[in-house]
Amino acid sequence: MIGAAAQVVLIGVGSPFLVGLMRQVRARLEGRAGAGIAQPMRDLRKLLRKEPIAPHGTGWPFRAAPLVLAATALVVAAVGPFATTDSPLDPAADLFAVTALLALGTVALALGGLDTGTAFGGMGASREMTVMALVEPTILLAAFALSIRVGSTNLGQIAASVAEDPLSVISPVSLLAAVALIIVTMAETGRIPVDNPSTHLELTMIHEAMVLEYAGPDLALIEWASAMRLTVLLGLFAGLFTPWGITLALPLALAVFAVKVAVLGALLAAAEVFMAKLRLFRVPELLAGSFLLALLAVAASFFLERA
Amino acid sequence: MKIIDVTSESLAAHVAELLGSGHRLALVAAVPAPSGFDVVYLFSHGADLVELHLPVPGDDPRLPSIASLSFPAGRFEREMRDLYGIVPENHPLPRRLVRHHHWPRGWYPMRDDAGPPPAFGDPEGPFPFVTVEGPGVYEIPVGPVHAGLIEPGHFRFSVVGESILKLKARLWFVHKGIEKLFEGRPPEAGLELAERISGDTSVGHALAYCQAVESALKVAVPPQAVRIRALLLELERIYNHVTDLGALCNDVAHGILNAHAGRVRESLLRINDRVTGHRLLRGGVVVGGARLRALPDVDALRAIGEDVAEIVALALGHSVVLDRFAGTAVLSAQAARDLGTLGYVARASGLDVDARRDTLEGFAPVVRTGGDVLARFQVRAEEIAASIEIIAGLVGDLDAGDLDHVTPSPSGAFGPAAGVGIAEGWRGTIVHRVQLDAEGALARVKVVDPSFFNWPALPVALSGAIVPDFPLVNKSFNLSYAGNDL
Repeated sequence: MIGAAAQVVLIGVGSPFLVGLMRQVRARLEGRAGAGIAQPMRDLRKLLRKEPIAPHGTGWPFRAAPLVLAATALVVAAVGPFATTDSPLDPAADLFAVTALLALGTVALALGGLDTGTAFGGMGASREMTVMALVEPTILLAAFALSIRVGSTNLGQIAASVAEDPLSVISPVSLLAAVALIIVTMAETGRIPVDNPSTHLELTMIHEAMVLEYAGPDLALIEWASAMRLTVLLGLFAGLFTPWGITLALPLALAVFAVKVAVLGALLAAAEVFMAKLRLFRVPELLAGSFLLALLAVAASFFLERA
Repeated sequence: MKIIDVTSESLAAHVAELLGSGHRLALVAAVPAPSGFDVVYLFSHGADLVELHLPVPGDDPRLPSIASLSFPAGRFEREMRDLYGIVPENHPLPRRLVRHHHWPRGWYPMRDDAGPPPAFGDPEGPFPFVTVEGPGVYEIPVGPVHAGLIEPGHFRFSVVGESILKLKARLWFVHKGIEKLFEGRPPEAGLELAERISGDTSVGHALAYCQAVESALKVAVPPQAVRIRALLLELERIYNHVTDLGALCNDVAHGILNAHAGRVRESLLRINDRVTGHRLLRGGVVVGGARLRALPDVDALRAIGEDVAEIVALALGHSVVLDRFAGTAVLSAQAARDLGTLGYVARASGLDVDARRDTLEGFAPVVRTGGDVLARFQVRAEEIAASIEIIAGLVGDLDAGDLDHVTPSPSGAFGPAAGVGIAEGWRGTIVHRVQLDAEGALARVKVVDPSFFNWPALPVALSGAIVPDFPLVNKSFNLSYAGNDL
């Protein structure tokens, strides 16, 4: 119980700093000074002080979307195998439940974008749904491939079994699933090469196009929730493939988790410097490729690990 | 310069003959005359200039449209109708161009007797966009206020899925009346306006303006000043090309190359500052000649050239960047020719139009035939290298201790006179026409930025492209809003 609460607090407070760290890594690698890792936190503070405002003609989907997005991210932060496998919601800490929660947040935001009735909201929502339709099955399949060895789809049990036998990570199954998960993490969190989180070009946006009409505290909530989703997905990756430290005492396990996610985030940001954004019509090809890798991971787990 | 007086009846035949002999329509301007207007059609073919003068009466001014002979002529005629009220008869597209629909009817701001503007209302109703009908077709309106710091333009896309069926670009949000501001000033005082027509083309517009004034005043420019002017023109080309190469990489989210292009741009701006005392090269070109503070360091420029070559190689060596550039928004040579495009837009589509051919010895323009974003990128990348070599050649002929070469303008009255100036700015060929009154003051200045010719090519190139590629394509054209809408 305490472990789950500690996870939520760490992810809630730490995720804006993760975004700040990634921006700072990118800035330094591009030869810029950067705004410092606390800048997203300062942005959130600034947005929270503004008056809440909603466009004319929007209804409850627009208002509810940020709350649903943040709530789903918080629940995943509580149940995921990040710093402890001992979740009070253990039966819910299932890979299907986690994937569904993340999808719920995405759909809520897409509905919020559609509710504004603007061309950009609809355009962003349509693109986001295209990406999601390819991302969610890949997450499911990749995690499913890892669950076959354990015989359970409970994320905590998968992580615990890898933590007991760290060498089991070095297998074709894990490798294929890891690559697939990296690609969908980049797609799901709107990073290059699928989306560009720092662009001002409205017509190229996916995630940002959906949230163009949000302002003030609502926007702060969305930014915060997006940061948490990034942290949670990186944490899930860390929990499934490098769960070392998860069996340690809670304070130590939290510290190990923070370091792992920071390293993963920094690596992702560094990799982004060398990438460019794909033409929109090539994104499904990339995601289909990651789906294929996940499918191969499932097949491999049957052939290699059942034997 | 050959001047032919024509009538309404003989105009079309003269235009057809000139276009047939390879001339290009460079400029159409209404010039106030005692009996009404004198409409000037300027044609150029290399250094060969021909002007057709068509007198038009002041009350109920009309002229026969030549839009069916030349697409740019149709746009000049619409511009003239909006600003002077001269009606082109049988025009295929008799709609407003410059004046938005809320401008009052019957008020023509460029006329001498226009007076203060009446109250703005909604005389023409909303702007009619052609709606595309069909299953799944929807519209995306963008602008004129954008998320980034760019000039105002309203773009309306008719889209199926992500594919663009039709794009209508609505411009003319920045009408400043700059041609009107020239009127009544002495020629020297027009220079500061010319430098500010389009902020990134200070030298190009200043040079075209000065050449026009000099040809009206019959001033001979010292040969050293001609070299300095050519040098400044290339400096302006280099810094703008470098900026856009970086911006194109940034538009495909390859930001690191934009950061490096920004670094190179800054060192170029500092060179500009040392050379002219202004980072955007203002003050170098003056009426009658040119003035510099120092010559640019050729070794430093060559080092920059190598830096840029590395940035270009990295961009084109990146498979995703190359994939985004190649085959995107192809402008065919036929379309480029029909629309009268200029500059790197034309040269990337296989047309070897470049006004520098007439001023620089042994000059050969960089031409590509792809017509896509990649071709426009490559033309500009190669022009940087070519410009550095041009500068190196020019610096060798100049004396670093003597950089002030100006022929004074003749004083006193010399009667009405007119002159034309043509310069190959970094966007393309800039044409100015200056008319002086009997006291030697500016009576009429007509400015044509290459963007005026190139804007219609953007929607043509975009048909069949996808919506998320638009910002990249737009940047590859990088047309001026301020230079287009005077």
